[in-house]
Amino acid sequence: MLRYLLNRLISLCLSLVAASLVIFLVIEVIPGDPAAFMLGLNATEANVAALREELGLGGTLPERYWAWVSGMLTGDFGTSYTYRVPVADLILDRLWVSLPLAGYALALSTAIAFPVGLIAASRRGTATDYGIMGGTQLGIAVPNFWFAMLLVLVFAVNLQWFSAGGFPGWADPMAAIKALTLPAIALALPQASILARVMRSALLDTLGQDYIRTARAKGLSRRQAVIRHALRNALIPVLTIIGLQFSFLLAGAIIIENVFFLPGLGRLIFQGITQRDLVVVESVTMLLVFAVILVTFLVDIAYAAADPRLRRK
Amino acid sequence: MIRIDALSLSIHGLPILRDVSLAIGKGQIFGLVGESGSGKSMTALALMQLLPHGAEVTGRAILDEIDLLTKSEADMCALRGNEIGMIFQEPMTALNPVQTIGDQVAETLLIHDAATRPEARRIARDRLDRVGLSHIGMDRFPHELSGGQRQRVCIAAAIALHPRLLIADEPTTALDVTTQAQILDLLKDLVAEEGMSLLLITHDLAVVSDMADHVAVMQNGEIVEQGPTAQVLGQQNHPYTRALFAASSHQPDRTRMAGRAPLLDVENVSRLYPGPRRGLTRGDPVRAVDGVSFQLHKGESLGLVGESGCGKSTLTRAILGLDPIQGGAIRLFGEPVTPSMRNDLRAGIQVVFQDPYGSFNPRWQVEKLVAEPFHLMAAPPPDRRDRVAEALQSVGLQPADMAKYPHEFSGGQRQRIAIARALITRPRILVLDEAVSALDVRVRAQILDLLADLQSRLHLSYLFISHDLTVIRAITDRVLVMQAGRIVEEGETETVFTAPAHSYTRTLLAAAPRLDIMGRATTNAAM
Repeated sequence: MLRYLLNRLISLCLSLVAASLVIFLVIEVIPGDPAAFMLGLNATEANVAALREELGLGGTLPERYWAWVSGMLTGDFGTSYTYRVPVADLILDRLWVSLPLAGYALALSTAIAFPVGLIAASRRGTATDYGIMGGTQLGIAVPNFWFAMLLVLVFAVNLQWFSAGGFPGWADPMAAIKALTLPAIALALPQASILARVMRSALLDTLGQDYIRTARAKGLSRRQAVIRHALRNALIPVLTIIGLQFSFLLAGAIIIENVFFLPGLGRLIFQGITQRDLVVVESVTMLLVFAVILVTFLVDIAYAAADPRLRRK
Repeated sequence: MIRIDALSLSIHGLPILRDVSLAIGKGQIFGLVGESGSGKSMTALALMQLLPHGAEVTGRAILDEIDLLTKSEADMCALRGNEIGMIFQEPMTALNPVQTIGDQVAETLLIHDAATRPEARRIARDRLDRVGLSHIGMDRFPHELSGGQRQRVCIAAAIALHPRLLIADEPTTALDVTTQAQILDLLKDLVAEEGMSLLLITHDLAVVSDMADHVAVMQNGEIVEQGPTAQVLGQQNHPYTRALFAASSHQPDRTRMAGRAPLLDVENVSRLYPGPRRGLTRGDPVRAVDGVSFQLHKGESLGLVGESGCGKSTLTRAILGLDPIQGGAIRLFGEPVTPSMRNDLRAGIQVVFQDPYGSFNPRWQVEKLVAEPFHLMAAPPPDRRDRVAEALQSVGLQPADMAKYPHEFSGGQRQRIAIARALITRPRILVLDEAVSALDVRVRAQILDLLADLQSRLHLSYLFISHDLTVIRAITDRVLVMQAGRIVEEGETETVFTAPAHSYTRTLLAAAPRLDIMGRATTNAAM
């Protein structure tokens, strides 16, 4: 088990190094002169030179790469050109919205998907199953921004249970959670639909396995066999999807963030791109990559916890 | 103790069992034999009330005055594992891969509230000791155990509550002969010790003749003959019993015609696999094939026997030029065999595999399937269709079968198609890798006849790989016995079987169940 962990950890570090190199090359090298790119076509020579100075573009490529990486390791992500504040502060603020939102949405989607998938699988071929399959198909097909607007219309405008958007900050945790509820539901719906379908098919696979028959021959009821034997074996494909979904929720909530006026990471990177603030884009991208790799690592550990066969490798 | 009366079963209206009646006494071993699809397993599943959806059962199954077929699902849950235990064919998949073996044995006790958790674990340990796993920890997972050990775990779980009836559905079919002998011995001992009854379901007459007190022969969902084992197998009153018996010990009519010219020359071949990973380095490589040498002559039939994991398949892959070798040399018709060898050289050696279901693309018609090896030739012959028709005819199929798809054929017919595919390039050597192992005895006998006939007509050389000693004895001139990557014995088939020189060969032969039923032993000796 320890060796497996160490192995995964080494692979995590290597992935990070590779990702940072790619990001560095794409943002700082391929556009030519980042300073000229950021200032646009009408920039004067003097302005460009000043920005070059400010961004520290003087050194050789390895020097600049090292300065960037070592800066990030010590928490210095540089200073945003448009906001004129340290990027680290910007990210930290936004992370306090995006991270809870992603977690909230994932918790919702898992909480919906597990029982729904379980019910569909154990009632395979019945009207319940068909109903659930149809419902999840709809959940995947409906665009989530449209669903988000529908939620706003019903729960914020008509019923006035929630506010239509904005984020009050974490000073009042209840208010913060309330503000994140509609966006989390909007994000969770398609994810839950996908997850429920994966759960169903994974369970159906395991229910056809010989060890379920063995369990039944030992005297377990159908229900006991599902809960004690099928569920954990069905977890591997489900965990894979959960990992992918979390990464997506962290960065991919950009449209939902816009619908609900949430100051999240998605909006930050979007603004960074439109304002050509390469410092912000570079750092946020790196952060997101880090998050994805970290989640993959956690999923790998979860695999090993779920399946003893993976621990030996 | 248990009595089945006029049990009939249909699934979605399709009749599966008709009027099955049998009675198993206390402490008795009852053998239920028949070919695949005869309804053996369904009889057992009907007893357990674990039938698939759409099943309709009539008749009675009485266990101590109680009719099992009238019991509710909740009552059956209380009975299963408690009064009736069951083990299945595939020990590799019969256990939950993510639960320790101790938990899986203890579960039988816990689910029936027969013990507290610590007590259940103690009893589970005791039962595991009883089935011969005293050296295996309770916290081991199934994947850490061999097939035989896993079957022992299944048995321990099934007998944890001392059931009165144990149903064993092909319990040793997936196991090697030596392991099979051990598991059968264990079952026999348990029956004697626990006083339980055993319903032993198998396709193998030899296993039944070794084990059972009573035997019932099933065909197409009906019991055609039953009685004391010695009587049923000795007198063979029913023609189907006779047919099964004859097929089990079938000896194809073949004459030896081995020439002296070696077509295939395997010289001191070694095949290494990288050792287990240790951090950044690897341990010592695993020698899957270790210094193997032999020659296959023109027109000869050479057998290669050994248990699973002995290196048979690895050696086969090397001979077919699919994997590189790490030592020695393989020469085919005088030319070296490597993964990059010429296609026309490959056309000279073709292979038939075990599984007649998995080895065809289900979306291809037979014509395309059989003609596939033509891509090994520089230019496909212009009379492609005629060649396919000829190959199909030579294996006893019709040219009209060309337009059909694999699922339209039975297992035996598919194996004929596989042989036709192998013959299409007119090879001089045919490698038969467990080619008849998945077939029922009667079909197997037909395929063996076909192979013998093809050999004499086309002067083929066979390399016949099998774990089944009866088959090897029936179809080969010479035999190689392989153990742990090495050839431990080589010689004329008859000599090796009658006077084995190596201790491992003797072990193998002793472990193989034989069909010796009073006076019928001559059938075996005549082979």
